[in-house]
This record gives sequence, C-alpha cells and structure tokens, in this order.
Amino acid sequence: MKSNIRDLGDIRIIELGGKITIGTGDVKIRELVNQALEDGKKEILFDLGDVKAIDSSGIGEMVACYTTVTKRGGHLKLMHLSPKINDILQVTQLITVFDVFDDEREALGSF
Amino acid sequence: MTINNTLKANLALSSRFENIEVAERALLDLCRRAGWPSEDDYWLTTALREAVANAIRHGNQQDPKRLVRLEYSVHDSTVRISVEDEGSGFDPADVPNPTDAENLLRPSGRGIFYMRQFMSHVEFRSTPSGGTAVLMERKLEATDGNPD
Repeated sequence: MKSNIRDLGDIRIIELGGKITIGTGDVKIRELVNQALEDGKKEILFDLGDVKAIDSSGIGEMVACYTTVTKRGGHLKLMHLSPKINDILQVTQLITVFDVFDDEREALGSF
Repeated sequence: MTINNTLKANLALSSRFENIEVAERALLDLCRRAGWPSEDDYWLTTALREAVANAIRHGNQQDPKRLVRLEYSVHDSTVRISVEDEGSGFDPADVPNPTDAENLLRPSGRGIFYMRQFMSHVEFRSTPSGGTAVLMERKLEATDGNPD
C-alpha cells in the first residue's frame, strides 16, 4: 500500500493507494491515523482515489480509525471512492457511517 | 468470449498472509486460460481473499505449519473455489450480521458477508479432520460483474 500526507490547516489529508488488505494495508492506515493524532491533527480526510482493492480487514480498520478519531473529538471522512469501493461501502451499509465526497474542496469545507 | 470446458488447479499454502497473493494469482491465471473475462476479477478475488484470510487467521491461527488447501475449477460459465483449513471448525450461524445497526462499527466480522455478497453460492462444511471447507461458486451470467 502507498500513502502520502498533506496538511491543509487543521486538516490532514492522507492519500492512499494500492491494496488496503490484511497484514499490510490495514496496519498501515492505523499507523497513519495514530501519527495524525499524535501530531494534533484530529480532522482527517482519506483520499482513496488510487486504492485498487480493500478487503474486510481494510474496511474494518477504517471503521476502527473512525471510532478512534471520533472518540478524540475529531472527524474521519472519505473522498474519491472508486465505483467498486463505493459498492463495498453500500453493501456493508458503511456509506451511512462515513461522510463521502467526490470533490476535495467540498470535503475540506465540510470540517 | 470463449470459455473452455474444464480447467482445474490445486494448491497447498502455508498459513501466511502473503500467500493470499499467491492464491489470487493462481486463480486469475486459471481464469485467463479458461477465457473468463477480466471484468469479473475484482469480485472473484475479493471473495477468495476473504476465504483464505479466514482460513489463515481463524482456522489455522496463523500457524505456518498448518496448510490452507485450495481447489479451483472453471467449467463453462462457473468458477468453483474450495478453501480448506486445518482448524477446529466453526458455526457460520454464530457470526452476527455486520449490517445490523449494532454491528456497523465493529472492526471485524465482515469476511463471510463479503463472500456471500460477491459469489453466487457459498457453503461451509466440516472436513474429516474437523477443519472448515468453504465452497464458493460464481456464475458469470448470474452476477454480470456486479456485486448485487
């Protein structure tokens, strides 16, 4: 899994790419979110535009990150979902949990 | 599109998560040789990865000495996958529905749900040694590349 971090004011954008899957990607996103919180960034936006696949462990870790960030008083939101990842969020009904955006400016304005 | 009659493959992998990639590549290779369209790969491999991950983590407790045995077959428009572990078995009825409101924020418990969403047929059997065999089918016509 690939990742890149951008900070825009109080918001940390975490760009993810490749596979978010068991044993690698799932652990990595937990580390990225923990690092953001350690850096005092509680408003987090995952850019999933380059994510090729996400398994149930990856989805589960995103849910765990959402819970962790929310408990700290922050927000974790998603943008640039591929149609397949959007399908997965739909069938798991997690689309009702996460705020999802297609446009970065709109996503940033929502925090 | 041409689907050849029947192609089969068997693998036995040690219980390491990195071997999920091996299982995926072997399945896709078989599907290409059988003429299965690549548009279907995503949902097929997603279900496979969940079954193998469950066998490694829950069945074989990530013990690399225990094997995950895989059987693939592609016949006409149906892909059949069997994933067998060396664990002590489980009852899939005990796994709660991850889409129930009280389970939505659980970080685990979606693997079997994924398999059932993305495959045409999924069933669980006990192996003679007490482990679990997951049998899955995906029919090309039934799913048409979509998870619904």
